[in-house]
Amino acid sequence: MYEFLTGPALWLTFIIFFGGVVWRAVWYVRGLDWQMDRVAYGYHNDLAIKGALKSILHWLLPFGSRCWRLKPGFYLLFFTFHIGLLLVPVFLIAHNVILQERFGISLWTFSPRVADVLSIAMLVSAVFIVLRRIALPEVRILTTFYDYLLILISTAPFITGLLCRFQVGGDYHFWLLAHIITGEIWLIAVPFTKLSHAILFFMSRAQLGMDYGIKRGGKYGRGLAW
Amino acid sequence: MPEGVFCNKTPVSTEEGLLALLGDKGGRQYYDEMSRLEVNKEALKATLDKTCKSRFRTWLEICAHCGLCADSCFLYLVNDRDPEQVPSFKIQSTLGEMVRRKGDVDNAFMLRTMEIAWSKCTCCNRCGMYCPHGIDMGIMFGYLRGLCFSQGFVPWELKIGSGMHRIYKAQMNVTTEDWVGTCEWMAEEQQDEWPGLEIPVDLEDADLMYTCNAREPKHYPEDIAEVAILFHITGEKWTVPSEGWEQTCLTLFAGDWPACKAQTENVYAAIERLRPKRVVGTECGHAHRCTVVEGPYWAGRRDGLPPAPYLHYTEWVAEALRTGKIKIDPAKRIKEPVTYQDSCNYIRNYGLSEIVREIMGYLVEPGYFVEMWPNKEHNYCCGGGGGFNGVGMYRKQRNKALLTKRDQILATGCKLVVSPCHNCWDAIRDLEEEYEIGIRWSFLKPLLIKMAIIPEHLLPKEEEEEE
Ligand code: SF4
Ligand code: SF4
Repeated sequence: MYEFLTGPALWLTFIIFFGGVVWRAVWYVRGLDWQMDRVAYGYHNDLAIKGALKSILHWLLPFGSRCWRLKPGFYLLFFTFHIGLLLVPVFLIAHNVILQERFGISLWTFSPRVADVLSIAMLVSAVFIVLRRIALPEVRILTTFYDYLLILISTAPFITGLLCRFQVGGDYHFWLLAHIITGEIWLIAVPFTKLSHAILFFMSRAQLGMDYGIKRGGKYGRGLAW
Repeated sequence: MPEGVFCNKTPVSTEEGLLALLGDKGGRQYYDEMSRLEVNKEALKATLDKTCKSRFRTWLEICAHCGLCADSCFLYLVNDRDPEQVPSFKIQSTLGEMVRRKGDVDNAFMLRTMEIAWSKCTCCNRCGMYCPHGIDMGIMFGYLRGLCFSQGFVPWELKIGSGMHRIYKAQMNVTTEDWVGTCEWMAEEQQDEWPGLEIPVDLEDADLMYTCNAREPKHYPEDIAEVAILFHITGEKWTVPSEGWEQTCLTLFAGDWPACKAQTENVYAAIERLRPKRVVGTECGHAHRCTVVEGPYWAGRRDGLPPAPYLHYTEWVAEALRTGKIKIDPAKRIKEPVTYQDSCNYIRNYGLSEIVREIMGYLVEPGYFVEMWPNKEHNYCCGGGGGFNGVGMYRKQRNKALLTKRDQILATGCKLVVSPCHNCWDAIRDLEEEYEIGIRWSFLKPLLIKMAIIPEHLLPKEEEEEE
């Protein structure tokens, strides 16, 4: 079972994940329409590139956008959540051992302690994100079952991962398999669900940045002014 | 009832039709018919398939339901944080639902959608700046209005506005003769005070061509006189076209896409016919957006630019002040606290925030200019944008929306508001009428004329000298 899950199933997961993400990006770009979107794609490239980069970077940099500065609490939750979500799976030593065994590649890794802290912080922020959904009327009205399902899909590999690492209940093997399965579900879900924002966030931000860069103030050095 | 006499899926394009619709006072029969208007689901689906592309579909799909856009929307804030005013909720429950149901929606859905599209969003685009994913609800509402219009669900006044553009190529019934006549009349009227002042019509190869908002010839002809005076002072070789002078496009508010195209092409044809070096538009922000920002796309211009460089009025003013073509008399500068209303259309959506501050630097005695908060690209809508000012049915909601601007102005402590955009100007006028906070408001043109140093040779000759 373990061999299968970390062998053919993992291959398949990666193919679906990467293939799906690329397909999403291609679908997005192909669907852009200069006249419908009212953005002169392909013209004023300097303004477009500047706008796109500005639009992406300011949301990635700490407190880079006015919105993040106005909502520091949410910003912290949000970043802790995403940083844990992205860094732990890639730089965890255990994952890299498998990568080495199966695919012959390995990345830099950080100590298991750091991974523990990041994972726990990520889960704690997930709890607060859920509480925020329930507590604030303006978020509650938007929230659907699907939102909770996605939080579950995204956090499950971390929960099972921690349970496995600390061998809760002594059943290391069970948690290991659960961890691998939930991890693979998570990756497969990315292209098919709203988790596709993993790539579409960049596409969408770049597009809006080009819109502002090309026609909404870019040439005056304004546009998305943060 | 499938189609009403007044409320139907066919835009008004004859004068008789328009007069009849105008005769239905307040749209009583119109809205009554609308309550029974059927939705052409196949057509709606076909339009969605053809026009709702990856950008909108992605925006609708990836919205994280995080609610960060809530506080960015002035309508959410001013309506006591009503969750139903959260931008994401507004668009998801209308356009989002329509897309998910592939156009399979009924009359009740469309009635509700129309109300949200025109009374719960002014298309100010502020929310787009605050959404982590860059989801611009204002753009989607503009699109949604087009879908509503194509199905006949549009406020009465805007159906009329669309008809006006289709018939008169202007938002009001101003014909070519009316327009040219007003220009002649205004030039004549100024002769005593400004001898030699002209409003040249259809002059070819001028340095500047001027375009305006139909309300100027219709209701405020002195605005045209002021334009002429300022061009006279600066010695501009300028002209107005007899056709293609109307720069606004109510059809954009109405969602009448084909008429937007026709309207823009009318102005561009004038540019191509008269070949001016540059075009300058009036102070109206909406006019600028229609013809300069969005217009090139309606007209199918691949580079997104109009046929000649097209300035917003503030750009021309800043240039005239900077180059000394207009000199301000220091003694006449504004010496009272004064604030500036940044319009969504040429500030947030066009980037002129620093240019207008440069102008204020010339007009206001140092220390008297007070910024509104928030300001520049982050300023709130005046409260009457996107056609909100003009729709009788939503007057109550509009008046509530004005409270945002009222409180922003009150917080500055200023009694004078400079508001070049016509739409903002109207909203501020209405808020004074409604809430009486004792303020005055002004366009730039009258202020400039009052403060400019008039070159000696332009002054009327004294009688004695003539003898
Ligand atoms: S801020 Fe953006 S992602 Fe969040 S709810 Fe609003 S539209 Fe959706
Ligand atoms: S465009 Fe403006 S009015 Fe419309 S939802 Fe966004 S912030 Fe509110």
